[in-house]
Amino acid sequence: MNKDYSEEHENEKLEMYLLLEAIYRKYGYDFRNYSRASLNRRIKHRMSISGFGTISEMIHKAIYDRTFFETFLADLSITVTDMFRDPTFFISLRKEIFPMLKELHHIKIWVAGCSTGEEVYSLSILLKEEGLYDKSTIYATDFNDSALKKAKEGIYNINLIKKYTSNYQIAGGIESFSDYFIAKYDSAIMDQSLKKNIIFSSHNLVTDGMFGEMDMVICRNVLIYFNRDLQNNVFKLFTESLCEGGFLCLGTKETVRLSKYSHDYDDIVKGEKIYKKNSKPRLDITHINSNSNIEPVSTGFINKSATIISEAKTKLEELQRLIQSINPGN
Amino acid sequence: MKKYEAVVIGVSAGGLVALKSLLSMLPNNLSFPIIIVQHLYYNIKDDFSDLLKGGSLLKIKQADDKEKINSGCVYIAPSNYHLLIEDDKTFSLSIDEMVNFARPSIDVLFESASDAYGACLIGIILTGANNDGSMGLKKIKDRGGLAVVQDPNTAEYSSMPLAAISATEVDHILPLEDIARLIIRLSCNNTKLQS
Ligand SMILES: C[S@@+](CC[C@H](N)C(=O)[O-])C[C@H]1O[C@@H](n2cnc3c(N)ncnc32)[C@H](O)[C@@H]1O
Repeated sequence: MNKDYSEEHENEKLEMYLLLEAIYRKYGYDFRNYSRASLNRRIKHRMSISGFGTISEMIHKAIYDRTFFETFLADLSITVTDMFRDPTFFISLRKEIFPMLKELHHIKIWVAGCSTGEEVYSLSILLKEEGLYDKSTIYATDFNDSALKKAKEGIYNINLIKKYTSNYQIAGGIESFSDYFIAKYDSAIMDQSLKKNIIFSSHNLVTDGMFGEMDMVICRNVLIYFNRDLQNNVFKLFTESLCEGGFLCLGTKETVRLSKYSHDYDDIVKGEKIYKKNSKPRLDITHINSNSNIEPVSTGFINKSATIISEAKTKLEELQRLIQSINPGN
Repeated sequence: MKKYEAVVIGVSAGGLVALKSLLSMLPNNLSFPIIIVQHLYYNIKDDFSDLLKGGSLLKIKQADDKEKINSGCVYIAPSNYHLLIEDDKTFSLSIDEMVNFARPSIDVLFESASDAYGACLIGIILTGANNDGSMGLKKIKDRGGLAVVQDPNTAEYSSMPLAAISATEVDHILPLEDIARLIIRLSCNNTKLQS
């Protein structure tokens, strides 16, 4: 009986692989490097709601029925969010990071994976209270279009306001939270002035490219859904998008330290996972063939690097001469 | 005799006392990891693992995202995140919706652990006042793993153990001391099997 189960599990792994491959090829959404355990739960959940016996049946449906795929896509993207989630993070932004942004003429902030917008409005409120809002542009992106639509609307369930008010106060809010929205029936409609400098747009962190030069990137509780390889790719994207000295803010349980880009960042607020991109030149020592354990900054190391560079230069010159001799006209 | 590769424990109300007592009876050279979900109330930011450290010889830490799971170590799910186990025996965290009104949820840990470890998994339900974990324990049992529940008569809160017992034909219903003995015995069996 146990054997059957392990075979079943192996079969499911194969079916899962095929499903994710099919979705990628057909629709361009790439979940192949998402953490599997969580995906597995969501897929099983959809299977049982929609009454499929196997993942294979679902592959067929997902390929042939676009409406079903849209539903399934919503299942796969977890949009759980809050206003002022982790209030202490927002305290750190206000107290330790914003003072460093005050000097800038124009502040560009990218909130990646903004979900239904609660986090972006929290940020707007904070910027406003610190007098930075008017010179800020906030790019709020997500790959889930229906979440993004809700974010743009900025209308939330009034029942949540109590919790958000308390979060706001813990986060060091200095005004009355009720000034930031209009209550209408069972909705809280966020104040228009908070939206003025927010640009909402669709962006997929896995398949889309750079987003322009940013002073700050906030990407919280998105990377936990990615495997190590994918996390590395996204850190590459963030590192390219941040200006020198720019800030990277991750979720409480996320870290840049286990990635390839760790040495591009200094800790600013450790407990809150706020990092600053440093300006150290990157010397990729893995490519230097050294048998001895010389300290990276020792003269030995520098001499060795110089030799390698000059050797490469000689090789390049040789190559250029070769090209010249083959193609003397140019 | 079978080799067990991991122990998962689910515990809710009354958990701090029960876990402290259980962990204090265990040696620091267990041949498998122990992975724990303890329900916490919303917004508790403390590291629960710190509260457990006193009195135990074991290495106790909060589970980190993508961390490799090591034998002899005790891992605690961070509050406000679900804790899942990948097939390559690393952790994943998620902030998906609550399951059974809980995040972390015991079912979420147990079900993913069962996928990762199959029949080589021991699932244990301790004191608690809800029914999280009973589906997960059933899955562990169905896949040939070992299902253990704290004796409801000895548990501070009996409803979670009772729910688990009524959902699954469990292998052992024991007070904490005997659960500790069982863990030690199974860990020693592993070591014997290895040599
Ligand atoms: C759990 S929510 C986090 C929301 C918010 N940042 C917070 O911390 O409260 C994760 C968000 O990441 C988005 N997401 C997941 N994969 C993505 C991708 N490849 N590109 C862009 N957004 C993605 C989801 O659609 C979802 O809105």
